[in-house]
Amino acid sequence: MDRVDTRGMSCPQPVLMTKNAISDDPEKLEILVDNNTAKNNVSRFLKHTGYTFQIKEVDEDFIIYARK
Amino acid sequence: MKEKKGIIISGGIIGIISVLLVKLGNPANMGFCIACFIRDISGGLGLHRAEIVQYLRPEIMGLVLGSFIIAFMNKEFRPQGGSSPFIRFVLGITVMIGALMFLGCPLRMVLRLGGGDLNAIFGILGFIVGILIGIFFLNKGFNLKRNYKLSNGEGLLFPIINIFLLILLISAPSFIFFSQEGPGSMYAPIGISLLAGLVVGVLCQRTRLCMVGGIRDFILFKDTYLLLGFVSIFIFCLIGNGSLGYLKVGFLEQPVAFHDGLWNFLGMVLCGLGSVLLGGCPMRQLILSGEGNTDSVITVMGMLIGAAICHNFGLASSPKGPTPNGQIAVIVCLIVVGVIGYIHSEMFVPKKVKGDVKIG
Repeated sequence: MDRVDTRGMSCPQPVLMTKNAISDDPEKLEILVDNNTAKNNVSRFLKHTGYTFQIKEVDEDFIIYARK
Repeated sequence: MKEKKGIIISGGIIGIISVLLVKLGNPANMGFCIACFIRDISGGLGLHRAEIVQYLRPEIMGLVLGSFIIAFMNKEFRPQGGSSPFIRFVLGITVMIGALMFLGCPLRMVLRLGGGDLNAIFGILGFIVGILIGIFFLNKGFNLKRNYKLSNGEGLLFPIINIFLLILLISAPSFIFFSQEGPGSMYAPIGISLLAGLVVGVLCQRTRLCMVGGIRDFILFKDTYLLLGFVSIFIFCLIGNGSLGYLKVGFLEQPVAFHDGLWNFLGMVLCGLGSVLLGGCPMRQLILSGEGNTDSVITVMGMLIGAAICHNFGLASSPKGPTPNGQIAVIVCLIVVGVIGYIHSEMFVPKKVKGDVKIG
């Protein structure tokens, strides 16, 4: 599964990195974010692009599991 | 939908509060202006000696502390920093030079339009062009590298400094400067200004409202969320100004503004471009500072020093128009920011591809 690690990156990098990752049209994608703003922004972007997703909180980070 | 409703309501409240602050004493079309208020604080601290713009604006302290309180309560206070701090400092200076050419930050640009100041249209056009140039760099891989988690002490320092500034404002020791005339002498009562800042700080922290983010995300991701806040501020400010009789539509004799379209445009090109590279508008930098982001604190420090540079070196515009020094500074800063954008993108340093083998 493709994995995008956006931890430590400031706005709008998490969404931009996600956008670049889905340009290859992957079936599944895992995105790591480390704050609520990035989590919400990436989630909203995935919704717009037709991906469904689940969010899991791990320590202080979030893993967003996206699926086409 | 709930999310969108939240940012529309927040934008509306900010628009109305801005008009009310003018009614209660702030300069016209300047209920809020992050650039102008940081410039006034810079003057209040004596970093520049422009006598008409010296006042420790409590709205700024309110914004930072409002953001800090709500972030702390929601466990979103996360001290972090170390993402190209000196570049951010320099970008903060350039953003201030651009804003003080136009005479307003992106928020005041919208408030000026909401007050009928049509010169702001040139500002908005410039702002969009600046954002487009910024997006070009983002699409070419521009970034200022990652940040790192820091200690609570590091993140708490800036909110504490803002409490200290409030104490200085209230106690008014002789080494703090207070304008006797001009925009710096016009202000709403301290308690109300502080409360307004706190409310807007809370709203901006919760909604992530960002003036540059609105246009950037719409162009880059077709995401209208932040743009709705931008539009809402304008509409409610317009309604507020209309109902209080403050609406004065035209180009000439607008408050704390000039009518040279080219320099209104270029000032905001610089402000918009710098803000995109920084990841947020001046207001957003203050909100992030309250959340413990010291990269944003460094940016705010850049803006504070930038304001001092603007007035010490005669770069800031006045209602009479831009200054020759200011015009030169804006052009130089556009080149500087362009170079920063270039050398932090993949045009200058090609991206390493996993599995690359270096031979030789």
